[in-house]
Amino acid sequence: MKRRPLIPVLPVFLLAMWLLLNDSASPGHIVLGIVFALLITAAVARLRPLPAWPRRLHVAVGLIAHVLVDIVRSNLAVGRIILGASRRQPTIGFVKIPLDMRDPHGLAMLAVIITGTPGTVWAGHDAENNVLTLHVLDLKDEAAWVRTVKQRYERPLMDIFE
Amino acid sequence: MNAADIPLWAALPAAALLVCGGLLTVVGSLGLLRLNAFYARIHAPTMGSTLGAGCVLIASMLLSSAMAGRPVIHELLITLFILITSPVTAMLLMRAAMYRAPD
Amino acid sequence: MNQILPWAVHFALACFALAMLFAMIRLLRGPTAQDRVLAFDTLYINGMLAILMLGIGAGSAVYFDIALLIALFGFVGSTALAKFLLRGEVIEP
Repeated sequence: MKRRPLIPVLPVFLLAMWLLLNDSASPGHIVLGIVFALLITAAVARLRPLPAWPRRLHVAVGLIAHVLVDIVRSNLAVGRIILGASRRQPTIGFVKIPLDMRDPHGLAMLAVIITGTPGTVWAGHDAENNVLTLHVLDLKDEAAWVRTVKQRYERPLMDIFE
Repeated sequence: MNAADIPLWAALPAAALLVCGGLLTVVGSLGLLRLNAFYARIHAPTMGSTLGAGCVLIASMLLSSAMAGRPVIHELLITLFILITSPVTAMLLMRAAMYRAPD
Repeated sequence: MNQILPWAVHFALACFALAMLFAMIRLLRGPTAQDRVLAFDTLYINGMLAILMLGIGAGSAVYFDIALLIALFGFVGSTALAKFLLRGEVIEP
């Protein structure tokens, strides 16, 4: 059974957004931000009845660090491919990856991580068999992509969301 | 306060970040022209919208903090927004391309 | 020595202008509709970054709000276009 996190994530996040947007932390803005955060949370609860309860936030810190490193690394790789495109066009291709994760929030995070990293785009997900289709810019080693996605991204996301 | 009289400790890393961000973005957009298939081209602009935008926004945060004399981090909002939204468009376009021209 | 920052701002601004030009060429040349939407997506992000450069150059905080609005409306626009390509409808009943 999932248990509730200690702090309500969405209102706190919205309050932080409001204070950032106004670039001030005066008492008036804090009060107004709390009112808006509670109102929006109440309004959104009807639209999205399935709440996300992320846990084990120390895993998320490691995941974010991994993702940032991967973004820098694949930026350089894609840049090299583009600059060398007159000699050799990259070999594009699809990779099918069987997933173990079922949680919709985890899958959404996985989609954003994969697509946000240059060189890979999420190209579809078969909900019945839980198979992810991934589009890769320069496909050389299919097994390496399966390993990367499953160990580097899916495992921490399963720890956080399931 | 003008851009020319910012202390050196903020100006040097910000200048380096701006040059990096500009180069990454221009290479990413160049990919739109040099790659010859849509499925390859969809990967190119992600460079500009992740690391390119990230570099520029960190530099912007650094400079406006140095100018105001206190931490100004509201550029973080744009970074977060771009990081969350640009994959959404890319995913929708990928699905649209697969639907319209299945290979 | 302190001229390095204005130089970097102008260099980055030139880079973004060039990137916008590349995106514009792809937007006009096509050949498919999804190419044009992808080029539009690139175009608005590059434009937003160029506006931020102008803001750094002028030392004004007003440009931040403009950049935020461009990011917001650009996302809504390109997502609506992509959704239209996908389904032939933007808001489904």
